[in-house]
Amino acid sequence: MKRVELIDISKSYDKQSNVISNINVTIEPGEFFVLVGPSGCGKSTMLRMIAGLEDITGGTLKIGDIEVNDLPPSKRDLSMVFQNYALYPHLSVEDNIQFGLHVKKVDKKERAKRTSEVAEMLGLTDYLKRKPRELSGGQRQRVALARAIVTEAPICLMDEPLSNLDAKLRAHMRSEIRQIQRRLGITMIYVTHDQIEAMTMGDRIMILHEGSIQQIGKPIDIYNNPANPFVATFIGSPPMNLATGVGDKIMSTIRLSDSIVIPIPTADAHYLTEQIIVGIRPEHIKAATKETVEKDKFIVEVSNVEILGNETIFTFLLNGESWQVKWSGQWQIEIGDNIPLMMNYESFCFFDSETKKIIKTPSDVENHVFGKEVFV
Amino acid sequence: MTTVTKRRKISYWQRSSNVRTALLYLLPSIILFTVFVFYPMFRTIYLSFFLTDQAGEAAIFVGLENYTYLLESDAFLNSIKATFLFVLYTVPTGIIIALILALLANEKLRGIGFFRTIYASTMGVSVAASSVVWLFLFHPSVGMFNKFLNIFNLPQIEWLLDPTWALFSVSLSTIWLNTGFSFLIILGGLQNIDEYLYESARIDGASYWYRLKRITIPMLSPTLFFIITISLINAFQTFGQIDILTKGGPSQSTNLIVYSIYREAFINYQFGTASAQAVFLFICILIVTILQFKLGEKKVHYQ
Repeated sequence: MKRVELIDISKSYDKQSNVISNINVTIEPGEFFVLVGPSGCGKSTMLRMIAGLEDITGGTLKIGDIEVNDLPPSKRDLSMVFQNYALYPHLSVEDNIQFGLHVKKVDKKERAKRTSEVAEMLGLTDYLKRKPRELSGGQRQRVALARAIVTEAPICLMDEPLSNLDAKLRAHMRSEIRQIQRRLGITMIYVTHDQIEAMTMGDRIMILHEGSIQQIGKPIDIYNNPANPFVATFIGSPPMNLATGVGDKIMSTIRLSDSIVIPIPTADAHYLTEQIIVGIRPEHIKAATKETVEKDKFIVEVSNVEILGNETIFTFLLNGESWQVKWSGQWQIEIGDNIPLMMNYESFCFFDSETKKIIKTPSDVENHVFGKEVFV
Repeated sequence: MTTVTKRRKISYWQRSSNVRTALLYLLPSIILFTVFVFYPMFRTIYLSFFLTDQAGEAAIFVGLENYTYLLESDAFLNSIKATFLFVLYTVPTGIIIALILALLANEKLRGIGFFRTIYASTMGVSVAASSVVWLFLFHPSVGMFNKFLNIFNLPQIEWLLDPTWALFSVSLSTIWLNTGFSFLIILGGLQNIDEYLYESARIDGASYWYRLKRITIPMLSPTLFFIITISLINAFQTFGQIDILTKGGPSQSTNLIVYSIYREAFINYQFGTASAQAVFLFICILIVTILQFKLGEKKVHYQ
């Protein structure tokens, strides 16, 4: 239960270009912190720097208010779960779990006690005598987890621990890891490339792209107010639809294509610039109804349909880019159908085309935020 | 009736189609093995029951007399003793040295490729060429070893001429010669060990020796097992160094079995007893290898 502080951390392999630069973040004690980004964004390197497996080339790393830049991994008081689990294939599950305790010279009684506790917690009691190769992927994953927990280190680092599991098991392990973290109260730093893992597990998430921070915050805040187009398309599935619009000051509209024109209220006239990036979440594009005013309506041709049980996702083309729409329910839509749609002005995000910063966040009307009051 | 048998014949021809294809693919190695391995092997076993004439043709059938003669012969018993001593001197030392070098060369350091090349380089040296070099090193008056001893005012050693030192000297050159190959195999084994295992151990705070004992050696065990087997067989079959350095002397102290076979067959023209020795050596190697598999395999961890 220690704080981890990264102050101006950077990493460079060739002393010229930084693969990671200007990382400033404080991870609070007991927090589940997720580092997420596409592959090659530097998230694993960052985790390995925190672990002490990679040198820090610039900045200060503090663990529990002590600078640890030059401490070896073993002195940083943390545990780590690797992507491929790094289990010792020649040792039994029990010996694997006890490896760290052996090294730390924990006495035999205590070792046995802790091992049986952890094995109990993770449902490994029946497998203690087996070798890792005799276990399934999910069981191996649990052994790796057990090995990290048993050391009782206040900080646990995880490097894409679920990426080798199938989808169903992954969903199960997500909640299991989250529960264990909550029960033990450890500070967890979790690396993943999967935005669903980030959204569902993290107290806070940090989105990395090309070695720099894009946004840090609670998952839902990031979903609602993405800081830039990268975050907007990275978080959320299907991603936010983006297009470059042209502002028209005379008509007070932003033109996305020949058929789609967004009228801008006079109060928001400052958005009417030469170029502006317009974004809208797939679930915020609505079906036009009889009541819809004719000028808000636009017709699109469906180019692909996916029905996922109680959810229908279809695609249409806008200026050559494919836009996706997500509606709940099973919609009888065929490829080639022409569908009238409408978009609320409140649902739009606007990003500055130069700085890529968000300038208009969608207001909450369409986001279905429910308080606890709705429960009777 | 005829149609039925005909159909059966065709189906047999078709059924054996896979076997025929397999045999066709195997044919080149079958021919090579027959000419160079199987025929000589059976010929050796056959000859070991005969006394031979000058041309090496079987002349008189003597049954097992060649073998009983061998087991009563002091010279042959001496050969066996020398061979086992030689194996004992060269195999463990050679593998331990190769292991140490491989552990050093497996570290990630600048310019480590140079050392890897150097350590493996004895693989590229022929037995004959290296033995000639060692012949000079061992030379009693101009050899480097004796000059070196001279600097420290130590007594001179007749490396290859003194019966107490000759086997040691030959072992020394053999260890040097075999290190390259063992080194390369062990280094390959080390590089196959997943780097994450060490990182995980480092986070746990395991020291270098602890990692070596608990991770490296167990993970390396299949490689070590392989190289021990190969080294044992090689040591039993040593010939070139002996022929160039000592010719089995002085006073038979380095007359290893293979060299003894060579002398018996091509100098004394006793192909019968030579064949019996060869069969004896074959059985020795077989027994040692079987023993090693029985005892060693339990301790080896295969992934």
